[in-house]
Amino acid sequence: MTKVTMTVNGKSVSGDVAGNRLLVEFLREDLRMTGTHVGCDTSQCGACVVHVNGEAVKSCTMFAAEADGADVATIEGQAAADGTLNTIQQAFQDYHGLQCGFCTPGMVMSAAALLKDNPKPTEAEVRDYLEGNICRCTGYHNIVRAIMAASGQDVPAVAAE
Amino acid sequence: MPKDHGIGASTKRREDVRFLTGVGNYTDDINIHGQAYVHFLRSDVAHGRITNLDTAAAAAMPGVVRIFTGADFEGVGGLPCGWEVTDKHGQPMKEPAHPVLAQGKVRHVGDPIAAIVADTLEQARNAAEAIEVDIEELPAVVDMKAALADGATLVHDDLSDNLCYDWGFVEENKAAVDAAIANSAHVTTLELVNNRLVANPMEPRVAVGDYARGTGDSTLYTTSQNPHVIRLLMGAFVLGIPEHKLRVVAPDVGGGFGTKIFHYAEEAFCTFAAKAINRAVKWTSSRSEAFMSDCHGRDHVTKIELGLDADNNFTALRCLTYANMGAYLSTFAPSVPTWLHGTLLAGNYKTPLVYTNVKAVFTNTVPVDAYRGAGRPEATYQLERVIDKAAREVGADPVELRRQNFITEFPYQTPVAVVYDTGDYHATMDKMLELIDRDGFAARRSASEAKGKLRGLGINCFIEACGIAPSNLVGQLGARAGLYESATVRVNATGGLVVMTGSHSHGQGHETAFPQVISEMIGIPEEQVEIVHGDTANTPMGMGTYGSRSIAVGGSAMVRATEKIINKTKKIAAHLMEASEADIELKDGQFTVSGTDKSVAWGDVCLAAYVPHNYPLEDIEPGLEETAFYDPSNFTYPAGAYACEVEVDPETGHVKIEKFVSADDFGNVINPMIVEGQVHGGIAQGIGQALLENCVYDDNGQLLSASYMDYTMPRADDLPHMDSYSVDHSCQTPCTHNPLGVKGCGEAGAIGSPPTVINAILDALQSGGHKVDHIDMPATPARVWAAINQAS
Repeated sequence: MTKVTMTVNGKSVSGDVAGNRLLVEFLREDLRMTGTHVGCDTSQCGACVVHVNGEAVKSCTMFAAEADGADVATIEGQAAADGTLNTIQQAFQDYHGLQCGFCTPGMVMSAAALLKDNPKPTEAEVRDYLEGNICRCTGYHNIVRAIMAASGQDVPAVAAE
Repeated sequence: MPKDHGIGASTKRREDVRFLTGVGNYTDDINIHGQAYVHFLRSDVAHGRITNLDTAAAAAMPGVVRIFTGADFEGVGGLPCGWEVTDKHGQPMKEPAHPVLAQGKVRHVGDPIAAIVADTLEQARNAAEAIEVDIEELPAVVDMKAALADGATLVHDDLSDNLCYDWGFVEENKAAVDAAIANSAHVTTLELVNNRLVANPMEPRVAVGDYARGTGDSTLYTTSQNPHVIRLLMGAFVLGIPEHKLRVVAPDVGGGFGTKIFHYAEEAFCTFAAKAINRAVKWTSSRSEAFMSDCHGRDHVTKIELGLDADNNFTALRCLTYANMGAYLSTFAPSVPTWLHGTLLAGNYKTPLVYTNVKAVFTNTVPVDAYRGAGRPEATYQLERVIDKAAREVGADPVELRRQNFITEFPYQTPVAVVYDTGDYHATMDKMLELIDRDGFAARRSASEAKGKLRGLGINCFIEACGIAPSNLVGQLGARAGLYESATVRVNATGGLVVMTGSHSHGQGHETAFPQVISEMIGIPEEQVEIVHGDTANTPMGMGTYGSRSIAVGGSAMVRATEKIINKTKKIAAHLMEASEADIELKDGQFTVSGTDKSVAWGDVCLAAYVPHNYPLEDIEPGLEETAFYDPSNFTYPAGAYACEVEVDPETGHVKIEKFVSADDFGNVINPMIVEGQVHGGIAQGIGQALLENCVYDDNGQLLSASYMDYTMPRADDLPHMDSYSVDHSCQTPCTHNPLGVKGCGEAGAIGSPPTVINAILDALQSGGHKVDHIDMPATPARVWAAINQAS
């Protein structure tokens, strides 16, 4: 067992983990932060995306021990303390960018990483960036709209077609 | 102005807030103090006899609580099938045993052999490695036609062959259909495969069994679309637990698409094991495990023949389908290729005679059952493909050929049992043609050709039977359950409402849409209405969510219960205002006496019901709580017309969707935003089936497509862009037999899009002079390229 300490959503946390403990397991099982999801076992689906030191990371692909000392951000830390959704979260609600909600944490975290690097992405760039995030419910259409809208670009209103 | 609340408003979803902030409550988020974990040792061969199974060494491994095998389940019921199909000779289908854990034989890769329960998941997995299992491999039965050949290896030793049933529909019409086909001026014949798919909800299945020794109560938390169905099947037929001692909870469910309807072995196991070891037992499927244990979908091999007279009127339709059941009969598997498929073969057309023969086959593959659309996509695909081929053969315009054969008068009795209540197929066709800008297609085709690409336009018209279903009808057809839905409406003393419904949401937004209906009926804010679902302990017996039935059947139950509430509140209001009940009107949350200025607020009447100091106690009881069970008198029949434009690169076979439009008739629409989202998702799955997805077994029954590296899920860049995509639901012919006039929208996209895409690809190839009549799905670049090159 290895003792790991990291900052998760601004709070310092620590725990004893086996060497093969994945970051997502540490979050879900040890910290009981179940907002980050596991949708596959081959690092394809992206439901587990979190930010580690500001970079989008599939937390099923990183050992908890590798995140020792890191600054980790998860879906639970995205809204304001009073519960106000952040711009991306609000856009997902406004544009119906989620249905069952299972892929949503990863989608929101990936979108945040995209917009940090590319504040005004084209539609093609959004779609290309989401290569590592699978959604089975929405057909992506409204996810793409939500991300474009969150970047401040004009998007047709939902249900106005 | 669009409405901002009530029926027809695009109310934002209230459930989104918890999903967007990471505080949803999915089954894997549930952890019970002291829980143990189970790992299933699964067969890695498709077919074999277990000759040795020794768990002694594994049982001594660290952390192992207990190891279960098939022997532990002797005397325990197998997994039941919920639908009995009668074959064309009047005989019941073959119904082999489906043990919770393999007994003697394994019949597909993934069949569970042993279950290792340990303190941690890792310990359970490690112990599985120490189980000694010897399996004498038997030849695997994979191909359906080979499975039916004389001398084929039997999937089930106690059955005479691998034919589950041989179904004819309508059997009495067979001779007439044969004669009509023989006498047709033209007959178009097509053989095709409806590819096997894996539903792949993003949330893998999870089961947590719990047992309370003090009370003897069992609880199962599970990823289910229908917790009451699971409670009934598992309690009554598998484990022998009376329903009052068994609670089934399905909290937030991360997508279903059909595959979370069925009762699975892991659910029964966790419930059974929790009692056996007096400790909660948790199972979380990995994605790899999901591919080999979640029921698959589709997998039909079909020959279809369409007869036309000299004027291109359809004369008769004849179909032969081989339908894969997999190794065991899943919960509703027998109904999918029969009653959910054969009854849809009239489509939107006046074809006077239809006959279909369905041979359901056991193979050494994962069981196959309902997947989004379930039978209706298969019916639509074969019908709309053969019509397109017929148009080409007789030189007719595919739009006009369809139009001239459209059903135009309703109600319409089809030759395949069902009666369409309403529809307007020309209207959806007109809308679709407008959206796709058919007049501009020639110019777009020329532009593509100038780039060396082939452009095709494909269309498709379809009908579904949703709002499943009238219980007396499905009972005659072999269903072993009723298919009503239920709702209890509980009004609190201060006027807020809780609706407890047997419907369940796995992404459809019931918590938002259902209150819109109540808000419309009573005139109170949507926020005053709460939806409770997914827990047998606090909802009335209901059949759950599938077959686009929630608003049509569950919503109707809610309306009926709310009407009872309104009737009672009018009595109370009449008493409070000393008026005649017949003069009471309810609008915007206010009761008024017509012709007077008297009024009393909704909240005051509700309070009076619970504080009945001034109350007609001699006539009515205090309290405000009503339950309704709604059993529909007919299916609903949503219909639509879809169009797709593709660009095909003849050098590579790559297909790009340039434009996709849908015109659906869902009847009345409660929340347009949610409805459009459902269509987007269905279309993505339909495009996935047409271009990308394929579940593949090799000849030995090994599952080759068992991960997201092998099974191609649609990604964001596989689907049409915003400016080339339009979904419309403005053509509305309300359902005539349910109180909301709704038809259901959950499956349309998945039903309507596969033939649309394939028709477009073939149109593109034909335009390039490639005489390709058919390409099986998925139309991958390899297949398209091969078709082009074989044709030339």
